[in-house]
Amino acid sequence: MPEMEAVKPLLAQFKDERANLIPILQEIQAAFSYLPEEALRRVARKLHVPVTDVYQVATFYRCFSLKPRGRHLVQVCLGTACHVRGGDLVLERTQTETGAGLSGTSPDLEFTVEPVRCLGCCGLAPVMRVDRDTFAHLDQAKVRGIVNRYHPRRKPATVDKIAASPEKVRS
Amino acid sequence: MVHITMNGLAVEAECGSSLLEVARFYNFPIPTLCHEDGLNSYGACRLCLVEIGEGPKSKLVAACGYRVEEGMKVRTNSMRVQRARRLLLELYVATCPQSKRIQDLASEYGVRQCRYQPVDGQPGAPWDPKANCIQCGLCVRICAEQMMAGAIGFSGRGKSRHVARPFGMTSEQCRQCGACLYACPVCELRCQASTAESLLCNGCLNFSPVCFQSYSDAMCFLEPCHTCELSGPFRHEVGIKVHALHDAGQKVAPSTGELK
Repeated sequence: MPEMEAVKPLLAQFKDERANLIPILQEIQAAFSYLPEEALRRVARKLHVPVTDVYQVATFYRCFSLKPRGRHLVQVCLGTACHVRGGDLVLERTQTETGAGLSGTSPDLEFTVEPVRCLGCCGLAPVMRVDRDTFAHLDQAKVRGIVNRYHPRRKPATVDKIAASPEKVRS
Repeated sequence: MVHITMNGLAVEAECGSSLLEVARFYNFPIPTLCHEDGLNSYGACRLCLVEIGEGPKSKLVAACGYRVEEGMKVRTNSMRVQRARRLLLELYVATCPQSKRIQDLASEYGVRQCRYQPVDGQPGAPWDPKANCIQCGLCVRICAEQMMAGAIGFSGRGKSRHVARPFGMTSEQCRQCGACLYACPVCELRCQASTAESLLCNGCLNFSPVCFQSYSDAMCFLEPCHTCELSGPFRHEVGIKVHALHDAGQKVAPSTGELK
């Protein structure tokens, strides 16, 4: 597999110690935006642990994914404050706008949409985070502008741009 | 050697041994589901709860993982322990009403009602490895520690935690030795008597002398258990199913009494 060549230098940075399992997985996740099966097998061979142990860790943490993920991670908050102010409607609209639907990842692998419990800024509810940018005081109308901003082949519509621009918080 | 008081009896114990080992040595019965000699203690089932300390400072600890300390006061069967055990067993019965081992323990430790909904909704439903698993980790540990294979492990977390093979494929390390089936406390023997009205079997209590007492260690390893034989509404169906499996050349758990 050609893509597995990219794993080799990643693995070479680390010593063959079990303690390095999670850092290695994080590197792979960052490089591929998911954990390919073959990569996990290589990690297990390198660290001399059963594949089961690697699989167990990979399925335990939410930051790891065994399925390919989109280029941008969209996290829509469904915590209490966001829920009260309509976070679920924002989530629904985000899923349709990105094309991710209920499966979580859009077919063009641009976006992965996932609900999260709380982003820790309840005063700005409802909140959504795209990669490292946080968008506050959302409503359904603002979603399209935000999504288009990150989509490489879509021009953000002027109206939406204004709607989406006011409160963008760097986190 | 350390000196401890167990159920009011002054006893000696070896340094570093667990409370469970000491209690078993002095013949105080403590039920467990996740403990097996030769495997690391895991503390998953919590059935081995004992009370340590005195008065308001007493607390419940899992005996399998708690090391003895000098001057410790242990009660293995206080009211508090009994209550906690009954509650646990009630939950276990609801999780896996088909397990004969759990039903036997429930009878022995005085569980006479089950207030919880069964996990899969149907007590007579076929055994479902995912829904009826009590997550004792015995299969995982025996595979890793005794068979030196590590072919199965837990996957996911919280509600979706379950025993799985990596990537859903039989691992190269698996030698199909069957140790995981041997170790499993819920899939070995099936209780046929739990019904929709009552998840509990409690069948051993109808015999005189009471079944589990006269067969102490072996519990009611009457194979098959009289209760299952007489009142098992699913017995017939299970029989047919097993023959079908045999015909299809599939392996059946070697330790499953009725399934032989």
